[in-house]
Amino acid sequence: MSELLWSQRQKSTWRTKVGLAEMLKGGVIMDVVDEEQARIAADAGAQAVMALERVPADIRAAGGVARMSDPKMIESIQKAVTIPVMAKCRIGHFVEAQILQALGVDFIDESEVLTPADDRFHVDKHDFRVPFVCGCRDLGEALRRIGEGAAMIRTKGEAGTGDVVEAVRHLRTVHDAIRRLQSLPKEELMTEAKELGAPYDLVVEVAQTGKLPVPNFSAGGVATPADAALMVQLGAEAVFVGSGIFKSDDPAKRARAVVDAVAYYNDPDKLAKISYDLGAPMSGISTAAMHDQDRIAVRGW
Amino acid sequence: MAVIGVLAFQGDFARHAEAVSRVGAEALLVRRPEELDAIDGLIIPGGESTTIGMLMDRFGLMEAVHARLAEGMALFGTCAGAILMARDIENSTQPRLGVLPMTVRRNAYGRQIESFEASIRVDGVASEPFDVTAVFIRAPLITAAAPEVTVLAAFESSPVVVQHGRLLAATFHPELTENFAIHRHFVAMAVT
Repeated sequence: MSELLWSQRQKSTWRTKVGLAEMLKGGVIMDVVDEEQARIAADAGAQAVMALERVPADIRAAGGVARMSDPKMIESIQKAVTIPVMAKCRIGHFVEAQILQALGVDFIDESEVLTPADDRFHVDKHDFRVPFVCGCRDLGEALRRIGEGAAMIRTKGEAGTGDVVEAVRHLRTVHDAIRRLQSLPKEELMTEAKELGAPYDLVVEVAQTGKLPVPNFSAGGVATPADAALMVQLGAEAVFVGSGIFKSDDPAKRARAVVDAVAYYNDPDKLAKISYDLGAPMSGISTAAMHDQDRIAVRGW
Repeated sequence: MAVIGVLAFQGDFARHAEAVSRVGAEALLVRRPEELDAIDGLIIPGGESTTIGMLMDRFGLMEAVHARLAEGMALFGTCAGAILMARDIENSTQPRLGVLPMTVRRNAYGRQIESFEASIRVDGVASEPFDVTAVFIRAPLITAAAPEVTVLAAFESSPVVVQHGRLLAATFHPELTENFAIHRHFVAMAVT
């Protein structure tokens, strides 16, 4: 039996960061704005919650500048549930990230849903002990974020719309680019890295392994159990649901149905039962009719 | 060839399936009760114990696993899986299998920023004791275990790998590192 001093433990290694992302596979992470919603999410079987002051649909409706949540609100949610609690900082706002780390959140989402604090640079995520998740629309963006230290990637979709089309597009775009890399001869990878705007070493790794070096989840527009199962069948390893749960008629029922749908994503008979009689989903906004200035997913450099 | 099921509701079940293949057994992802019939042993992976326990309860896996354990199926739980095997979970009424006479405390080392790696010595699994890098992620602590439970590894005076008959539990994640000796040990348990 070995005995180690407390100080000989290696805390917050790349392996413990990506390890937590591995543990979150195959489940649902739900946006919650208060303790009551956090309990509803946990009781439904959410594997983690994202604590934020307003769900994306309300951020859209309210306009103005969206920022990190009040620490009081985050702490109340940490006290209310035993599952991991995530929180969002603005793109490039490393002080918000420092505060979230000091609060002991389990994952930081450097998120396009909040108003960016820096229009050129993201947070240096290697510098933190807490793991980060970042959004992407394509492979280049995913690999830039991983290069900066993100331990989990989520495709962005279009948050707060309840329209899954952008989530599908972004996930397919990432996977198409991965398949393309696998087919390229080695001498073409440097130019490919230049065109993707991605670190060369990560491009070489993805070309060899055929997958991202960190788990890839899906977000932005999931409103039904079928939407969630669609994303998992398309290759997402877990699903974030923002406005889709608590902007629907019966959040507790829908939350549970989305959790069940991700567990049985490949089983249409079960999915039919799971989708039965859930009440109205969030009404949503068709992204096809949106103006460009209303699109959130374009934030990220 | 031994067939090892991996409960695939939530968590790092894919990593366990890979580890099982690496030690020469066949891995089968399990989501339905009837899928337990074809396997010699079952692994409950790391993940969120509340989520996995709830889904087991909702979809008939608690009863089915109990029934198969009575028939001699072996069971291995890591982290969340170990919590679900424990008879007692401090301050919790969450659904569980409760088959291992031990008490666990969830998230005992703290939040994610306290997650860590440490070298630990495992004894009684292979012919010689050996050291492994153990990855502890929001890990539980085994605060008490019945005398009949064998401790195969400990860290800071607390058990981290325990065995009781055909039940095996680890509070860390042997599936996340390259040493699969503990998986090899479980496959051997499952077929004897």
